[in-house]
Amino acid sequence: MKYVKTLNKPNLKETAAKGGCGKCQASCQSACKTSCTVANQKCEK
Amino acid sequence: MIDVNSGAVHAVDKLLFLLLDHVTPPLFELPEKTAIDGYSGAEILEALLDIRELYGIGQLYSDDDYEKYAENMVLSPIKAMCLNVSHDCNLRCEYCFAETGDYAQGRAVMSAETGKAAIDFLISHSKDRQNLEVDFFGGEPLLNFDAVKEIVSHARSKEKAHNKNFRFTITTNGLLLDDEKIDYINAEMENVVLSLDGRRGVNDRVRRRADGSGSYGDVLPKLQKLVAKRGGKDYYVRGTFTKYNMDFSDDVAALHKLGFDQISIEPVVAPKQMPYALTGEDLPRIFDEYEKLRDVLVNEKRAGNGYNFFHFMLDLDQGPCVIKRLRGCGCGNEYVAVTPDGGIYPCHQFIGYDGWRMGSVHDQSFDLGMKDMFSKISVYQKDECKTCWAKFYCSGGCSANNMRYEGDVKKPVKLTCDIEKKRLECAIAMKAELAEDSPVVV
Repeated sequence: MKYVKTLNKPNLKETAAKGGCGKCQASCQSACKTSCTVANQKCEK
Repeated sequence: MIDVNSGAVHAVDKLLFLLLDHVTPPLFELPEKTAIDGYSGAEILEALLDIRELYGIGQLYSDDDYEKYAENMVLSPIKAMCLNVSHDCNLRCEYCFAETGDYAQGRAVMSAETGKAAIDFLISHSKDRQNLEVDFFGGEPLLNFDAVKEIVSHARSKEKAHNKNFRFTITTNGLLLDDEKIDYINAEMENVVLSLDGRRGVNDRVRRRADGSGSYGDVLPKLQKLVAKRGGKDYYVRGTFTKYNMDFSDDVAALHKLGFDQISIEPVVAPKQMPYALTGEDLPRIFDEYEKLRDVLVNEKRAGNGYNFFHFMLDLDQGPCVIKRLRGCGCGNEYVAVTPDGGIYPCHQFIGYDGWRMGSVHDQSFDLGMKDMFSKISVYQKDECKTCWAKFYCSGGCSANNMRYEGDVKKPVKLTCDIEKKRLECAIAMKAELAEDSPVVV
């Protein structure tokens, strides 16, 4: 594609099928304790 | 350009961006005589083909078909606990959301026995979850460090028999750190959150002892020593910005100059009538600071001196699954907080608020109705989130923040949303800039 450069490998649809294992960190425990960003957490599967 | 539901992030030419105003899915038919200044008809057709291709591979205008997963975490085990080992503090920070340490409940420390009962409660409610997180929090947890060590020892003694892996963290102001505590923390704690607000004047204006004296001079060398001996394990130097330091990008830069490379500076959580509270009027300035910070971080990265700012850290490829992204932190369901008397709350920020006590680790009481309510909170229960482009990044915001300032755990706080969206814009733009090696307009 000439007018687009995709920066990642979009996979949210795939993660719906394979996700939900719950092994990952609770998102508030890492650094903030006052606000919530989930997308900076790691998948641990 | 973000395709919200697939998670695709595209760097697009201006032509393609403008063309999106002229066409709609699924056919993307070009209205007759469509003209875009500065571009030929052939170029417009080429861009149109790109749009159709993106749509065809599910990376543009993709569907949100995740609502069926909204209640996937009902009956979830508990896997994380905030252990408030001390409702006392050796600082009297002006902005403390814990009412200078005691959560308006009276100063107290947790006994080792209560801490051990909390560990046993966590194990018994964790079902098949192997990784269990415990954060020693307060107040100031180093005021009760002997109990911390006893609780850690108790948890370690249970790991093998119950097939658990405890991951401890501690959040401290650092005043009581010494060599023995530093070595213990670096050996046992998977992550350490070290409180410091940046420049000396900024820090000491609000992070003061009971006698009014500042803490920076005592704390800084201790934090530097701990980090120097950390051996590559995770840590964050975590500060707060308020109306007093709207130039907080300079505090981030100051922390980096002091040798820290894992930095988090958070907006203060405070009622709007407080003099240090952030309000909607502050947003333009806050946004400018995040933009400035983004420039600084990109330039440092390009110069080979890159460092992490917590809220700009995004892994666009390997982040959490969408099922986690629907519901956020898991408070009250996968995550609880325990007070010095053994009381259980949905998270540390609910402590001290009437009606939110869920039970006690001493008698193993636990309000499953409240857990069920929290387990069902998702972006689909929040009108503001349903149509928000950031919903799969922030996951609906902080329930405690919503309860405190909107009176409803399911009602996002607009100020918080606006700040979060700006941070995400900057984080994504940083990714694009570093990938493209050119400036990005957001």
